[in-house]
Amino acid sequence: MNGMSKHSLDARGLLCPIPVIRAQELARTLTAGDLVELVATDPGVMHDVPAWCRVHGHDVITSKEQDDEYLIQFKIGTG
Amino acid sequence: MTPNAKRKAVALISGGLDSMLAAKVIMEQGIDVHGVNFFTGFCVEGHTSAIRERHKIKPKRNNALWCAEQLGIPLHIIDISNEYKDIVLNPKHGYGQHLNPCLDCKIFMVNQASASAYAADHGFDFVVTGEVIGQRPKSQRREAMPVIARESGAGDRLLRPLCALNLEPTLPEREGWVDRARLFGFHGRDRKPQIELAKHFGFEDFAQPAGGCCFLTDKYYSAKFADLLRARGKRDYELDDIMLLKVGRHMRPTDRFKLIIGRDQGENKYLLGYQKRFLNLRMVSHEGPLTLIDGAPNDQDIELAMRIVARYSQGRNADQVEMKVTWPDRQERLVRVVPLTPTEIPDEWHV
Ligand code: SF4
Repeated sequence: MNGMSKHSLDARGLLCPIPVIRAQELARTLTAGDLVELVATDPGVMHDVPAWCRVHGHDVITSKEQDDEYLIQFKIGTG
Repeated sequence: MTPNAKRKAVALISGGLDSMLAAKVIMEQGIDVHGVNFFTGFCVEGHTSAIRERHKIKPKRNNALWCAEQLGIPLHIIDISNEYKDIVLNPKHGYGQHLNPCLDCKIFMVNQASASAYAADHGFDFVVTGEVIGQRPKSQRREAMPVIARESGAGDRLLRPLCALNLEPTLPEREGWVDRARLFGFHGRDRKPQIELAKHFGFEDFAQPAGGCCFLTDKYYSAKFADLLRARGKRDYELDDIMLLKVGRHMRPTDRFKLIIGRDQGENKYLLGYQKRFLNLRMVSHEGPLTLIDGAPNDQDIELAMRIVARYSQGRNADQVEMKVTWPDRQERLVRVVPLTPTEIPDEWHV
């Protein structure tokens, strides 16, 4: 089994598309199967991050709103 | 590379219809197209609609990502907000109708698409844009086309599929990587050919108008931006400055300070994120906006600011309202003030 790793990305206080740009920068350093947990305050991420994941072949595992924050967990794809 | 190997192109994707069509036209010719989009800090995107409550029903999508998804291509977003300062503050080719430095901007973006580290990693053979001759008075006039190609360094590796037939054949056409006969000769401001082509490709719900990619083409935004530069007395800004110009009611009673007053809950919530960095005012006795004060106000200025804000609160007709002033060092003070009357707020204060 390869060493899948978990990473957190704090995008609180950033407006879209900056959270997406941060996710893009982080994803470049990761390998397929790695997990990213992104937390943001801009509701725009609920639309943009899943769209960005679909475009790049990453899988959104969960996305939810909690206490005025938005949490999205996605898995890096092979693309 | 063998003549039959798949050629690669990078397409500038603004989020508008034209760039999406241009990419599609080239994809249809079997070229491997990747999208690139630029974040300048002035972009009109999802976050702007996300801030204001009244836009709640509108989809908060990022149009560039949406286009990439429709096209089925990867999209790389490049943050050029830092480098962009020099372009917007010192455009070699000047401004368009407002503070939009479109020609310099296009040159920079085509350069980034063709010569950045990202481009080097991918080895693109050419660059695709959705420009149409005559569509925009300055940056898309005929004489601007060779200037963009030359000054961006892309030269004849810059292909504009929507108006290629009105221009000299570029390298991808001459080499037969793309078939010139399957490119277009659109020109002018008529959008019908683009709409027809969108229909042909089955694109629906695309963003219109094509020119709406950034706030710098907006008269009101440009006025606020010009005011910021003038009041600061220097041609410089931070990313937060230009983001804040997208939000709130901006009022400048003197050159020493400006008020940024939230206009609804969405804006108040957004401004909350900046409260630790600015002197701010909050209503205590009545419902009302959160206000940031930008600049260096003296005590009289702060009192005036409070009286203005009271005018935009539920206590506007009260004899007095109570407000909390918080300084960036977290010092706080409760103050009672008399709201200004509408006639005491001159129009010139509105930026
Ligand atoms: S509208 Fe804005 S982003 Fe578009 S070319 Fe002009 S300056 Fe650049």
